[in-house]
Amino acid sequence: MPDTVSVTINGVTSHVDRGTTVAAAMLLAGQPTRISVNGAQRTALCGMGVCFECRAVVNGIAHRRTCQLLCEPGMTLETNR
Amino acid sequence: MKPFDVLIIGAGIVGSAVARECALLGWRVGVIEGGTLAGGATAAGMGHVVVMDDSPAQLALTAYSRSLWLQEAVTLPKSVEYESRGTIWVAADDEEMSEVHSRHKLYGSAGIATEVLTPEQLAVEEPNLRRGLAGGLLVPEDGVVYPPAAANFYLSEARRLGAEVFMGRAVSASQGRVNLADGTTLIAARIVLAVGTDCDLLPTLPIQKRKGHLVITDRYPGFLHHQLVELGYLKSAHQVTEDSVAFNIQPRQTGQLLLGSSRQYGNEEPTAEADVLRDMIERAKEYMPGLKDLSVLRAWTGFRAATVDKLPLIGPALGLSDDSSLWLAIGFEGLGITNAPAAARLLVDNMLGRESAIDSAPYLPARVMEPARLVHA
Repeated sequence: MPDTVSVTINGVTSHVDRGTTVAAAMLLAGQPTRISVNGAQRTALCGMGVCFECRAVVNGIAHRRTCQLLCEPGMTLETNR
Repeated sequence: MKPFDVLIIGAGIVGSAVARECALLGWRVGVIEGGTLAGGATAAGMGHVVVMDDSPAQLALTAYSRSLWLQEAVTLPKSVEYESRGTIWVAADDEEMSEVHSRHKLYGSAGIATEVLTPEQLAVEEPNLRRGLAGGLLVPEDGVVYPPAAANFYLSEARRLGAEVFMGRAVSASQGRVNLADGTTLIAARIVLAVGTDCDLLPTLPIQKRKGHLVITDRYPGFLHHQLVELGYLKSAHQVTEDSVAFNIQPRQTGQLLLGSSRQYGNEEPTAEADVLRDMIERAKEYMPGLKDLSVLRAWTGFRAATVDKLPLIGPALGLSDDSSLWLAIGFEGLGITNAPAAARLLVDNMLGRESAIDSAPYLPARVMEPARLVHA
């Protein structure tokens, strides 16, 4: 069993260690999880599902809290705009 | 203190619209609010500006009032978030589709533009509705507003024209005198009760509270384009005794979705109830399965001020009170936002003995003292 998984982040393939949260994968790739209403780039802040800063589009579904999700093979991740 | 021409109790959307209308006459206007400006049913409701046809009188009032919204739409401040989204009444089956055709005809005869949608056209207009629906009726000129901002706009216009606002609870209102909780006494030629469901000042007011729940989601721009209401809403909204939920969803300017609706009698607890919310959301998912993936940010409740014949009380309180200084603008149930501009016009027309654009007799408060008429209303 490979100890990495590959996911697509804003169209680019990334390989991350198994057990990596989606929030961490997006941070490692240098991609914001979301763009605020005023245009600011955001990423995970609390890391425990409370602050909602880490919301991103996961497999086409917007506003998923990525600090609460582990990367799975083939996941499509996008910055929530 | 110099007497007022009119004192308006209640700064919701109806009281604020009345204040502006009176201030436009050059009257000395006072507005009294014991809670938060626009903080009652005005803040709780959806802000759907919609033509409804429960009765010919309801159709006449909503059509007239919507025309007043439309006239003013381009000059409303941005904060009011007026958008001509249009309503689609969604038909689930052939029985509801025959209702679509009869309303298309009825609205046409009343000069209201509508379009009958086939299932295919419905799917194009709203791709997130489930397949297999029978069609719908598009009412393109229905709109959406942000009600507290609309009420505050009316009130700021009234103030610009000289109206005074008193933040304090009115403890009595009769014979042209209003006493506030802090001991202030205000004198006026006319007192308007625009108090929604807060009827302590005139306990004979025949108003029942009808509780409703609403839910708002996170931002999902493009998910929804029109306000959608199931045609079954009419069946549920007509019931006057049983609790009910119906699919009713509105796109906000932010991309958020405002989701309703529920109707309950005899429950005066403002608490949001999990079982009602669940029924409401399950109902909505039957129409839009994709809702299951969306996040809800907040749920709340509000109280509609319902009358026995589902029409508001607009005019002198005579019949309910022998006090000729008292006037009423209450009992709008779920249509206070839609009907506020027309209510203000009709009330002021009546005060001036001026003819109105529509027949104002069906909304006169005295009617609720005539039980024989109610049977046929």
